Amino acid sequence: MIEIWNIYGMQTLFMLMHIGILIGVLMGAVAYYTYLERKVMGAMQRRQGPMMVGPFGLLQPIADGVKLLSKETIIPAQANGPVFVIAPMLTFTLAMVAWAVIPVSAKLVLADINVGILYLFAISSMGVYGVIMAGWASNSKYAFLGGLRSASQMVSYEVSMGLVIVCVLLCVGSLNLTQIVVVERPFWVEVMLFPMFIVFLISILAETNRAPFDLPEGESEITGGFMVEYSAMTFALFFLGEYANMILMSAMTVLLFMGGWLPPFGIEALAIVPGVIWFILKTVLIMFFFVWARATFPRYRYDQLMRLGWKVFLPFTLFWVVVVSGSLIYFDALP
Amino acid sequence: MFRLMFTAIAFYIFAAVTLLSGIMVVTAKNPVHSVLFLILAFFNAAGLFVLLGAEFIAMILVIVYVGAVAVLFLFVVMMLDISFADLRKGAMQYVPLGLITGGILLFELITIFSVWKFAGSASDNIASKTPDAAEITNTEALGQILYTDYVFAFQVSGLILLIAMIGAIVLTHRKRPGVRKQNVADQQARTRDEAMEIQKVTPRTGV
Repeated sequence: MIEIWNIYGMQTLFMLMHIGILIGVLMGAVAYYTYLERKVMGAMQRRQGPMMVGPFGLLQPIADGVKLLSKETIIPAQANGPVFVIAPMLTFTLAMVAWAVIPVSAKLVLADINVGILYLFAISSMGVYGVIMAGWASNSKYAFLGGLRSASQMVSYEVSMGLVIVCVLLCVGSLNLTQIVVVERPFWVEVMLFPMFIVFLISILAETNRAPFDLPEGESEITGGFMVEYSAMTFALFFLGEYANMILMSAMTVLLFMGGWLPPFGIEALAIVPGVIWFILKTVLIMFFFVWARATFPRYRYDQLMRLGWKVFLPFTLFWVVVVSGSLIYFDALP
Repeated sequence: MFRLMFTAIAFYIFAAVTLLSGIMVVTAKNPVHSVLFLILAFFNAAGLFVLLGAEFIAMILVIVYVGAVAVLFLFVVMMLDISFADLRKGAMQYVPLGLITGGILLFELITIFSVWKFAGSASDNIASKTPDAAEITNTEALGQILYTDYVFAFQVSGLILLIAMIGAIVLTHRKRPGVRKQNVADQQARTRDEAMEIQKVTPRTGV
């Protein structure tokens, strides 16, 4: 019995602790991401942002959380009960589950699986179900329109995201996320991947339904989109899921294009700072980009959004896959 | 030994959920619920693949079927207002046909597995042998089979799919006269000179 405990019990306990810490940190990050968003947007629009609760408004996210938890959850009479409740849970769970494979530093990863990047892609492609189920189950026109918009939008941008990931994978030769970060790419490969970085940045905005592609929410035309019937706890789960997804996409960008936990620009002297710090700093940079884009650009029109996805990004990324693989073979640089 | 037990428990959970959701797909009253159960079945099948050590196929199953095909499926079912009660009316007459199809499928599966069981050397005769799972990741093994051993068959199937896609587009695409469409290039190419003209308006005469 003691042997079993030593082999499996300790492992399980350690893993549960790891999961607990990960979710705790993530929740804190989501809470303070909303604070960061409101402060940064405030600064960009020459306002103060939250400033009343606690010093510099630092306790505002906690106050918001308490408010959402203490409110009454309303389930509309005409809604499809089970699906209505499962939808936010699904969104939230998927946003958490994806973090299992993210390597925060060289050693710190919960599950270092062979097909890490595919796992991330699979989980993020399932995210559309939370939205589409919410839209259908609410039994409301606005919610349904929001759900439909979101479904087609996320499916469209997944295609170009997939092709961008293929480009990176060609240069790395592994589906493992740790390998993707560790494998060194020559400078010309980095230059060749730069357009893909831009495409990926824009695609993650669309994939997470963020401004300027936040048409599924589109408050000026369909009030709140798929979230319109949700309140209190169910709304909070959507909210947490959406922000956790944004942080996840930022982390994914960092892993694919910005060298993960490695010091920036390969400067050896900066390696004294722990990798986790670099990883967090880089992720925050992309998270800032999300807020920056929201404060800067007006919302796209729906047909423009679809045009960008199918007529600009898809042909371009497809062409670039050919360019990348062709030049890798020509210069004999295949990993 | 415990590892085996955990695997067995996981297998029975995944298999049971797959079967149950398969039954629910057929019996659920609401078509949208049917599709949702279908998605659950796909997802659990992916879990079974992971247990087999075929993680690449599992992920592709989730990405392709759950992430894309089932979304479109759900999309269509949600948009259509189907009354399942009407559809069900004549369903019983198809039971013999269903049983025959299922029976043939079961027989073929039994044949395949009994060949593996009783004539183990039969699988050595195929052109590309199944490599040892310990030596090579299954992503690589699949790549070897698809892009090296059977590259021409793969290309041909790709071409068939391409033709099918073009065919579907040609069949559904229709040119309607008199439809006003936005032409972004034209809009961008407009200059100030052709878009507006400045007129001097003298008082009390109009333009």
